[in-house]
Amino acid sequence: MSNVNLQSGPSGRDNNSQDGAGADAGARNSRTANARTGRPLLEVRNVSKSLGGKLILDDVSLSLDKGQLKVLIGPSGSGKSTLLQCVHFLTPPDKGEVVLDGQSAREMGQKNICAFRQEIGMIFQDFNLFDHLTARDNVAIALRKVKGQPKTAARVRAMDELERVGLADKAGLYPAQLSGGQKQRVSIARAMAMEPKLMLLDEPTSALDPELIGEVLNVIANLARGGMTMLMVTHQIGFAQHLTNEILFMEEGRIIERGTPGDLLGENSGSRTALFCSRLTELTGR
Amino acid sequence: MGTWEFYVTKLIPALNQGLWLSVLIIVPSALLGVTIGVLVGAGRAAGPGWLRTIFNAYVSIFRGTPLVVQLTMWYYGLPSVSRFLGLYLEPLGLPAFTWKFLILSPYAASVVAFCLCSGAYQSEYIRGAILSIRKGQFLAAESLGFTKSQTFWSITAPVAIRRALHGCGNEIIYLIKYSSLALIVTVLELTGRASSLGSFYFRNLECYLLTAVYYLALVSLTTYGLHRLEKKLAIPGLGQAKG
Repeated sequence: MSNVNLQSGPSGRDNNSQDGAGADAGARNSRTANARTGRPLLEVRNVSKSLGGKLILDDVSLSLDKGQLKVLIGPSGSGKSTLLQCVHFLTPPDKGEVVLDGQSAREMGQKNICAFRQEIGMIFQDFNLFDHLTARDNVAIALRKVKGQPKTAARVRAMDELERVGLADKAGLYPAQLSGGQKQRVSIARAMAMEPKLMLLDEPTSALDPELIGEVLNVIANLARGGMTMLMVTHQIGFAQHLTNEILFMEEGRIIERGTPGDLLGENSGSRTALFCSRLTELTGR
Repeated sequence: MGTWEFYVTKLIPALNQGLWLSVLIIVPSALLGVTIGVLVGAGRAAGPGWLRTIFNAYVSIFRGTPLVVQLTMWYYGLPSVSRFLGLYLEPLGLPAFTWKFLILSPYAASVVAFCLCSGAYQSEYIRGAILSIRKGQFLAAESLGFTKSQTFWSITAPVAIRRALHGCGNEIIYLIKYSSLALIVTVLELTGRASSLGSFYFRNLECYLLTAVYYLALVSLTTYGLHRLEKKLAIPGLGQAKG
């Protein structure tokens, strides 16, 4: 234990100094929260992961303070999704530590890893709603089975969550009867019902038709304003830069640039991030 | 004896008795077959390696050999094993049932043969249904903190049951018809009755025609029941018949 803490000290400070490069209101807020609890909500320390003999994540570290939203961008195959899955321990990393609110995922062991995962909500690119359940039961089922709530209480809670994403009137419909945007909003309601400390969003709008992206981004913006701690993989840079104070740029399994949107995306910044984003906008014409 | 008289006094009463016996064979064989199929199918799709090996061996043996051969072994073959075992177990002072249980009644041999054979086929449908579930469903369950068994009962099973229903129903309909093989181990079920009456009175055509009608009725009834069940379990977008 003490060893781990000794190591975390310097790396934690390192991350903070990078935050400090662009101090704005959000960063200041999160730092006061940090001062209160004395540690970031999420710490990813030196995580590496190989899949099929290929190094997907190469010594990645990052930290998130309570209420902070960080955006992860990068070309496909750069390891963004794998990083989120490692944070969630859906894919346990080969090396390194994931610490959420002082609890190390590795130290929780196989038996308690489900409890660790409950604390983290995950939003998938292709929604992954349970096909055999209505929107309401999609939200309610984890409350009932994982948290052991009675059926009626779980359903009432599910309705509240659906209300929050503006889908109370669709509660009785099955995933096949919902549009992509509605499915993603249900999946956000499903994750939020578990009252996670952290939300991971893996390209939440990439599988959506352009006209449906707005409704999902609105819900995400509301979560951010409500103080949810989030790590989001997205290519919606125009949207993301108004919500975040730090962009992480990944390439070949490493975070090669990090900084405020202003620093990384500003004119003449010369950053790899700016180049990547300009190519994205060229492609989409925005 | 006129045709009508033969029908009313001989054939129909005999077939009705045979029908009852057929149902007594079919229903437990179907239920046990589905149960075995679910356990074996789930084990083969999601179980540990050693369990998969055992279940795969079971399926390849019971799907790979003729049912007539299996049935004959259960009824005519096992008594030899029993006698052999008795030679060794009796001197040890063990009670007789430790080897005598292998001598099966015609009825028991039929049910054992049918449910084991049916179970092997059912397990294929169940396994296919489980393997067809998208990986994302499990990922989502895992991300919400479901344990493996919670995922199986809340996510895998409800979807797999619906996906497998077509195939399992089909197999039950097969079972209704191959239950007629019980006649070779001297069970006087529907076909057994038809065969004995037909040859006794030299009226094979009528006997077997009416027997065919009985089977058709059984299958139609089962088909209707399965259709109702399918409708009851139907969920939009889960691969049921459209419209």
